[in-house]
Amino acid sequence: MHNHSVTGSYGPPPHRHIEKHKHFGVEVPPADVARPKVALVGNPNVGKSLFFNYLSGMYVDVSNYPGTTVEYTRGRYRTYDVFDTPGVYGISSFSDEEGVTRDVLLDADIVLNIVDAVHLERDLFLTQQLIDMGKKVAVMLNFMDEVEKVGLEIDLKLLTSLLGVPVYRTTAITKSGFEQIDEAIEHARKGEQDPTLHRRLHDMLSITGSEAEALLILEGDEVIAERHGVKPGHEREHIYIERRNRVNLIINAVLSEKGVRTRVATALGRWAMNPWTGFPILLGVLYLIYLFVGKLIAQDLVEFTETTFGNGMWEPWIRGIVLNYVSADSWLGTILVGEFGVLTMTVTYLLFLLLPLVIAFYLSLAVMEDSGYLPRLATLVDRSLNTIGLNGSAVIPLILGFGCVTMATITTRLLGSEREKTIATSILQFAIPCSAQLAVVAALLTGAGFQAILLYSVTIFTVFVLIGTVLHRTLPGRTSPLLIDLPPMRLPRLDNVLRKTAYRAYFFMKEATPWFFAGACGVGVLQVTGFLTVWQDALAPLTTGWLQLPREAANAFVMGMVRRDFGAAGLYDLGLSGSQVVVALVTITLFTPCIASLMVMLKERGLKEASIVWMGTWVMAFLVGGILSQILL
Amino acid sequence: MSTHQSIPLHQVSKGSRVIIIDIPEGRSKDQLIRLGILKGELVRCLEKLPGGTIVIEKNRQEIAIGVSLARSILVAYASVQTHAKSSHA
Repeated sequence: MHNHSVTGSYGPPPHRHIEKHKHFGVEVPPADVARPKVALVGNPNVGKSLFFNYLSGMYVDVSNYPGTTVEYTRGRYRTYDVFDTPGVYGISSFSDEEGVTRDVLLDADIVLNIVDAVHLERDLFLTQQLIDMGKKVAVMLNFMDEVEKVGLEIDLKLLTSLLGVPVYRTTAITKSGFEQIDEAIEHARKGEQDPTLHRRLHDMLSITGSEAEALLILEGDEVIAERHGVKPGHEREHIYIERRNRVNLIINAVLSEKGVRTRVATALGRWAMNPWTGFPILLGVLYLIYLFVGKLIAQDLVEFTETTFGNGMWEPWIRGIVLNYVSADSWLGTILVGEFGVLTMTVTYLLFLLLPLVIAFYLSLAVMEDSGYLPRLATLVDRSLNTIGLNGSAVIPLILGFGCVTMATITTRLLGSEREKTIATSILQFAIPCSAQLAVVAALLTGAGFQAILLYSVTIFTVFVLIGTVLHRTLPGRTSPLLIDLPPMRLPRLDNVLRKTAYRAYFFMKEATPWFFAGACGVGVLQVTGFLTVWQDALAPLTTGWLQLPREAANAFVMGMVRRDFGAAGLYDLGLSGSQVVVALVTITLFTPCIASLMVMLKERGLKEASIVWMGTWVMAFLVGGILSQILL
Repeated sequence: MSTHQSIPLHQVSKGSRVIIIDIPEGRSKDQLIRLGILKGELVRCLEKLPGGTIVIEKNRQEIAIGVSLARSILVAYASVQTHAKSSHA
């Protein structure tokens, strides 16, 4: 229905789940059976990962949860297996995140519930639900330093006795209170369940085997009900309201305000959403990203790494070695060190162009995420996205699309309805150039001048709006409303940002690299066997006649089928005029998505929809490119 | 509680304090209960964006609500006195 995941994890590292089977809601893959399982559970943005990193140290094993986009992380601490889970506001099956957290939780022996002490009213709902599930719980109150600053006071003793579980003060950033974690795990115990609820759960034990599952069934969790072959209950709302009231009573007793102070960060967060200040702030943020990714990295750094390391050092070296064994004119020589050489161009491109860009991109995203800006941006653009049938939450897949369309396609799962997923996926596949492609596009466009940049942007943006609007008007159903909790604005933690960036960049490269080599190999083979000429001839009327580009531009389109960005790279050495650059880039951008994203789309959206989108990109690319060409050239 | 006339949430003025009168059934309602927003609660309209996206605040917590949901949530303006009594501060 809604999207409450804006501030949580944005899905997996790119492409990881491609081989996995769709099988939602199976048990957690067995860890070490003998080791007690400790699950870290909490709302989004409560600092859970800091706890996890402290506990797990270096031994971390990231697993993709079967069939979902979300993942849990497993680590080891002393004699325990520790599980990190996606942040949720409650346990049920509202979203993929909840499903993962739910299943890890059902399997856990001990729950460390991380709570944002500044937002105690919100977080205790989950705490009480965990207690109602009959789990052994210990509560870690995080952000105790901020509690002081905003003028709150929490009666810890009273809270402990009302909840019936041990509660500890912590400030995760300074690791203050972490020395109590051992004690917390040891002393975790079952808390004060609602008495009526407790009796009812016990009546159900013969069917479910655990109180936790009994509660979820009473609360109408379809997945758990189905697992036990019973009908889900109809009392979610009733139980939720009771629980909320109970939590409010606890809050009334333990929380006192000494005089509230508005922090600068709070004010900044509000400016980010005010239309008068929000859009200037957005422009500022985009400009900073442009300066960093577009200028510093894409132009200055990449130019240096590509020419100095790639063309200057790596390529002559590897060519020298290879040519000792094979002749440059042989078919093997062409494939290995030729124009599209697997060992020359591909390596240079991957390591010295793509890698720095991907890192820079993920770094910017992590900062926006961790600072709390991203959900405010979602709020700011919510209404605008409504006009193309999406809500503010779609800003995440759309932004991610500029990083990697494949990853973004996966994260469309965060969206509330099939309709929105279809719209977002189509927009991504058609009109959003991924970071790799964008780098090439930016490099070519900068050479072609300001007018070319403007023309390209306007054309792509028009197609973007057009596709969204048409789908919004024609698809049945309604757009689900935005409903998100806005985390406080905070200065991002450098180590957190770096870890996230390294992790995402690593998985992206790991998944993308084989496709690059496969693509280069494929084109090398086409070149050697003469099929490249056949292909060029077949596309010649379109390429030279309709698009008015050199015949060799067809190479770029072949490459584009393997990877879009690789396609764009093929345009570098064609000596195109400014207008030709625009035509070629518009065509390549709108052209068929890369194989990896095509596979993900097939899996996510089904054969029919994927085929339509795929064919659509062909038509759209040559149609718009051609029209542009007829006007410009 | 207030005896004032109820209005849809997307129409309230920025900065005003309102009491939740009714939220339509569904997942959104359940999620709002989890977040502490339910019938009878007092909230403040923190921001109102052109087009009707609303940001409400309750006890330092900020929640953004899209216009289509805000339109279906009924609220009533709260007087200052009502606030003092119903707030647990």
